Amino acid sequence: MKKNSKMEKHIEMRKNNTVENSAMEEEAYRYWIGSIPNLRANKINAILEYFGSPKEVYNASICALEDMIKVSNMNGIAIMEGDLEATIKGRDMDLLIKNLEYLKNHGIKFVTMLDDSYPDKLRNIYDPPFLLYYKGNPLPDKKKIISIVGARECSIYGKETAKYLASALAREDITIISGLARGIDSYAHMGALSSEGITYGIMGCGIDICYPAENIKLYMDIQAKGGIISEYGPGIKPLAYHFPMRNRIISALSDGILVIEAKEKSGSLITVDMGLDQGKNIYAVPGRITDKLSKGCNNLIKMGAKVVTSPKDILEDFLEYFNSGDDQLKLTGILDSSEQAIYDILTLSPMHIEDIVSITGFDLGEIMEYLLSMELKDIISQPFKNYYTRRPV
Amino acid sequence: MFSKVYSAVIHGIDGLIVSVEADVSDGLPLFDMVGLLNSEVKEARERVRIALKNSGYMLPAKRITVNLSPADIRKEGTAFDLPVAIAILAAFGHILEENLEGTLIIGELSLNGKINKVNGVLPLVYAAKKQGFLRCVVPKDNAEEGAVVNGIEIYSVSTITEAVNLLSDFTIHKPNTIDVDRLFENPVSNEDVDFSEVAGQAAVKRAIEIAVSGMHNILMIGPPGSGKTMLAKRIPTIMPELTFEESMEISKIYSIAGLLDNRALITRRPFRSPHHSITTTALVGGGTIPKPGEISLAHLGVLFLDELPEFNKNTIEVLRQPLEEKAITISRLNATFRYPAGFMMVASMNPCSCGYYPDRNKCSCSLPMVKRYLGKISKPLLDRFDICIEAMQIDYKELQNKKDEENSSDIRKRIYKARQIQLKRYENQGIWFNSQLTPKNIRKYCKLEAKEQSLLEQAFRKMNLTARAYHRILKVARTIADLDLSERISTKHISEAICYRSIDGKYWGEM
Repeated sequence: MKKNSKMEKHIEMRKNNTVENSAMEEEAYRYWIGSIPNLRANKINAILEYFGSPKEVYNASICALEDMIKVSNMNGIAIMEGDLEATIKGRDMDLLIKNLEYLKNHGIKFVTMLDDSYPDKLRNIYDPPFLLYYKGNPLPDKKKIISIVGARECSIYGKETAKYLASALAREDITIISGLARGIDSYAHMGALSSEGITYGIMGCGIDICYPAENIKLYMDIQAKGGIISEYGPGIKPLAYHFPMRNRIISALSDGILVIEAKEKSGSLITVDMGLDQGKNIYAVPGRITDKLSKGCNNLIKMGAKVVTSPKDILEDFLEYFNSGDDQLKLTGILDSSEQAIYDILTLSPMHIEDIVSITGFDLGEIMEYLLSMELKDIISQPFKNYYTRRPV
Repeated sequence: MFSKVYSAVIHGIDGLIVSVEADVSDGLPLFDMVGLLNSEVKEARERVRIALKNSGYMLPAKRITVNLSPADIRKEGTAFDLPVAIAILAAFGHILEENLEGTLIIGELSLNGKINKVNGVLPLVYAAKKQGFLRCVVPKDNAEEGAVVNGIEIYSVSTITEAVNLLSDFTIHKPNTIDVDRLFENPVSNEDVDFSEVAGQAAVKRAIEIAVSGMHNILMIGPPGSGKTMLAKRIPTIMPELTFEESMEISKIYSIAGLLDNRALITRRPFRSPHHSITTTALVGGGTIPKPGEISLAHLGVLFLDELPEFNKNTIEVLRQPLEEKAITISRLNATFRYPAGFMMVASMNPCSCGYYPDRNKCSCSLPMVKRYLGKISKPLLDRFDICIEAMQIDYKELQNKKDEENSSDIRKRIYKARQIQLKRYENQGIWFNSQLTPKNIRKYCKLEAKEQSLLEQAFRKMNLTARAYHRILKVARTIADLDLSERISTKHISEAICYRSIDGKYWGEM
């Protein structure tokens, strides 16, 4: 008895969800075809060209599918036996409904190439994702987007620069996208959030997995005004080969790619290579020639990337009008002459208190007094014990 | 016949007088010893019997009973061999009973009748003097150690025969003496180290100076080879010279541990740097027969923990209580021992497992790795370091620098002044140094004026300081002001103290 009533309920639910509402039904079929494993966008498009809509594919006979394969192969798109099997195996209405319910319950939305809201920038790249999951807000269409990428184990210089540039760009209503990884990626997101800008994290793992786990706060905060985007469905682990794939989406979505710190061989450079293929602007923050972490950036500059020493360098390419006023904070009046002397020698890379003593010639006790006073005024910071940096202003 | 001889046993770091009684009576030939004896004391029976035989005394076939009293205290150590032998000889009438009155006897016997040196002579002689004994008979090798104690005659002997001669007539022998002042004039210096040998690191040197002045515990963080260990080794050279009382206190501990090494007294401040593989027992003391550990051996000196995160976590945690109480209490079923442990803790560590963070050209540790490395030290222990300083990599210029670095004795003079100020301020308070200030005392002695008050308040809010950190900053600021010979704590002192404040997690990978 119990089983029967459950069955009835199920049938009713199925009616409500799929049969009666044709728009939702269409969406479900789109999701279905997008979620067939290993079926890339070019194959799906070939299949859809033959059948017309995902629903037809779902209901097609095996003979029809075999015909379709022949036609596709003649057109030069090789659809394998395996793809056929996967398609037939994937026709499981119960599972499809279950999956859609799961997405709905977990606030995960999706968009496919058949939707108008699918980002145009992605349509024309090599191997675009047919299905994109997202959490939070849908991708903005009209806004300028810059991706900020760089090393995971970055230096303080990289950290401060990433935060500063991201914050300055986000303030000008430019969307910041990055990979939500450790280091530069995280600091770029934080910088954008600090000036209440919009930022998106593109993940290399399942949409519902926060990787690395320590970024959970960022993962949540980003969704308020921006969002999380991934081509991988719930539960998919962060495997090494996902990340280069993720990078192609980062580069494709952006109008320009800013590299903050990268070693000579860095994953960030993959993003840049893909960006170059897709015709994006490449920006790089220069570093000292002796710093390993700046080798990649300096090489990019050598090859023609635009040198970024201030947010203006990017803004002038992105915005028609922007305030070109002097953005240096006026420090006169805030600092006395001794403090100014110390401030002048500080840079964005941490300097030990003893170096400050030997350069300025002040007494150790005096230096500590000046440094504390400036630290309290938020003009300099002490990223770790007894090392000081200037705050970018 | 019955006879009675006095000896003593080590209890903690003090000596306890034990009387050794011997009785010879008719019956089956037997040599028996009673009185709660440890196995090494029980074995004295064989040593005494054979040593007496080899010294030319035949024991008649009598029933010999030896009792060590008080009978409820465990007797341990080898110092009872000689008193037992003397007691037996006295019972057989070889020694006059009245000569044994007021005489403390200690010594270990060899089978051939020679007397070997024993550990802990200094506290034993000291206890004898306090109990009003007139003279002590000690092994020849321990003569100097014993002679340090004033007001008691020390006679040294090297064989049983000598001992018997001595006890027959004291007047023809001369007691041992030692010139204590001479010991202090020429402290035996086996390693001549000086602060001036360390190039650069002015900030670390300054931090050490402050730490020594107020007896603050200090933590040095820095890359390998930046001179942390070198600096730590030189800390004893800038500490004020030992007074006679301090020296006695340290020497007693070393005497018990058997570390006096033919010296009469310890005249230099101890510097103990145990390896990080040390066990808990070796660090704080203990064992079935409790012995002082490294923290007691570092009493009134420096305990240096090199590579702090490499120490076993549990081993390091036991330091928390002795750091507060300046002593360690070890409880055993039979007794409770209390060893002094008033040391200054100096520790050094690398900022990460490769040692070069934050230099990203050399260090490729990820932030979680760096955090994990720091995480090896618990927060409560970290909290006990008043001063924390980061040492930087020395560059070639500094090493080549011919400029004269300050030497230890100049620094010591400044520290001496600062310490005198503290001693005077805390007279009759039961504390000696700024590091011992309690929150109540802090309110009394670290008064701030409005300007300083507001600076500290600003820093407190801005840097998310804890109440504990706040108190530490005030204590260190007090010491800095004392070094400056200033009664008032100024903004400069506060600023400097804030600079030395202990690390909090946020320094490693603050977001």
